[in-house]
Amino acid sequence: MSKRRFSFPYLLWMGIFIVVPLFLVIFYAFTENSSGKIMFTLDHIKAIFEPVYLKVIGRSLYMSLIATVVCFILGYPAAMILASKDFAKKTTMLILIVLPMWMNFLLRTYSWLSLLENEGLINRFLEWMGAGQVQLMYNNFAVVLGMVYNFLPFMILPIYSVLVKIDKNVIEAAKDLGANSYKVFGKVIFPLSVPGVISGITMTFMPALSTFVISRLLSGGKITLIGNIIEQQFTVTGDWGLGSALSLLLMVLIFVSMIFINKYGDESVGAGGLL
Amino acid sequence: MGKKIIELKNIYKRYGDFTAIDGINLYFNEGEFLTLLGPSGCGKTTTLRVIGGFEQPDEGDVMFDGVRINDVPAHKRMLNTVFQKYALFTHLTVGQNIAFGPSIKKINPEQIQKDVKKYLKIVNLEGYEDRDISTLSGGQQQRVAIARALINKPKVLLLDEPLGALDLKLRKDMQDELKTMHKDLGITFIYVTHDQEEALTLSDTIVVMNNGKIQQIGTPVDIYNEPNNAFVAYFIGESNIISSTMVRDKVVRIDGVEFECVDKGFGQEMQVDVVVRPEDVILVSPDKSNLKGIVTLITFKGVHYEIWVEGPSFEWKVHSTMPKNIGDELGITVDPYNIHVMHHDPLNIPLEVPPADMGVPI
Repeated sequence: MSKRRFSFPYLLWMGIFIVVPLFLVIFYAFTENSSGKIMFTLDHIKAIFEPVYLKVIGRSLYMSLIATVVCFILGYPAAMILASKDFAKKTTMLILIVLPMWMNFLLRTYSWLSLLENEGLINRFLEWMGAGQVQLMYNNFAVVLGMVYNFLPFMILPIYSVLVKIDKNVIEAAKDLGANSYKVFGKVIFPLSVPGVISGITMTFMPALSTFVISRLLSGGKITLIGNIIEQQFTVTGDWGLGSALSLLLMVLIFVSMIFINKYGDESVGAGGLL
Repeated sequence: MGKKIIELKNIYKRYGDFTAIDGINLYFNEGEFLTLLGPSGCGKTTTLRVIGGFEQPDEGDVMFDGVRINDVPAHKRMLNTVFQKYALFTHLTVGQNIAFGPSIKKINPEQIQKDVKKYLKIVNLEGYEDRDISTLSGGQQQRVAIARALINKPKVLLLDEPLGALDLKLRKDMQDELKTMHKDLGITFIYVTHDQEEALTLSDTIVVMNNGKIQQIGTPVDIYNEPNNAFVAYFIGESNIISSTMVRDKVVRIDGVEFECVDKGFGQEMQVDVVVRPEDVILVSPDKSNLKGIVTLITFKGVHYEIWVEGPSFEWKVHSTMPKNIGDELGITVDPYNIHVMHHDPLNIPLEVPPADMGVPI
């Protein structure tokens, strides 16, 4: 009985902040308010399959995928270096990786503006070098850069925390059984780190797919992602029905990709590694 | 015993100020079961890691079959290790764990499958190929670790306290199995343990180590019966280590009383250490010995009673099948050949004293 009592605040919290909003989203996605009457409708759901939205969804998937891949390529080696025993500046590096996360997300992204702008620091430096101005902002590059910058720690930390827990003896056992450094990595270290990689991918791909701040600031509003469209439906157009339907679609997309990633991860572990 | 397979020549290994291995010279014969025995921090595991290629010695040579292998990395050495905490690959099944070594050597899969079955049989785990490591008990995991090492047909198997994590009953069973495996396979086993009983049970040769140095090399019987110094006597089995005086050849003064012994050549009136095993102390009626003592404690140990007898300057530990009463006055005698005289060892050997709790008074 007492256990139940203690779980009550959490149930209340989850009810108010997760279940109720979720039902509201579903409610708005499937209803319309025609002259005071609330009617069931599939119009919003149909609307999201219009080419203009599909194109945005495709772009969002594409860019968040690239950002996730870049995060993985940069993050895995970083996590390995951090996890290696003889890396002396481990604490300093960890703090440097975590530090930006203590800063406001908007502020961090704004700071890239002052770097990437046509009159920004990088371009001024290039001009001073005599290389002339380069268009760094208002394009896909800038948006992916913003995503990678903001979400890289979320890739590094889960992989790092799995890597440091790998028993040194297991690596020695692999060497003992004849594996050179590449095989130790391919057959032992990487397969054992797959759970960390999965949560790293989850934690970068999900926010990258739904972001609207990064794309608006770093593309100057030129590149529209699904997050921007949803935001516009609620704040500008006032079409809550379509906004909710798009949100639902986003949730389904994330849900499907998580199933996919987890299944793939499990299989790779069972089969003894990806490599 | 065959020829030398591994030889350590003047090995030193230091970590900062701490000397883990302090000048070790040692060789291992082909087919031998050799145990490195000592307390924790004595350098036994470091020695094993130097042989396995996981540590580089600061000085000295590691020879394998007459060839210096200091610069040969671990994955190219012709030996395999069973690690203390098994170190199994948790992401692989039992069969995949055992097949790890052969699959790296690109042996054909059919042969590997056959070998996996064969070695599963050797370690009594037939039919366990597809099991997950996490579903196995500690003893079963250790068997997988042994099979995983043996399948590579190493010339030498290194075992780093492989039974340390098992409970007593299982440990005894595994000791028997290891011994049988060693006999059947005929390869060299180098075994590290801090458990003297395990070392005595399993080994052909025991190397007793302390503070990075070899204290004694010998057969279990030699080590037990003829300890080189007080440390070996203290570490192997139970013993009374008594600071005594060699009066002249074949006469030693122990606890103030002269005893006949078989040792000679120590000089006259020299300070020596004397070791007497508790089971070699004979308790007689007080009029039959010049050395008298009072029983202070008696504890039942199953096979025998442990009796503490307070002599003039030494508290004797005695194993006897005959119970005594606390407060009894008794005579103490020891047969000459059961008195082991050793040069005085300045090493600080903790003196054994009766246990603080009284046990069950009888």
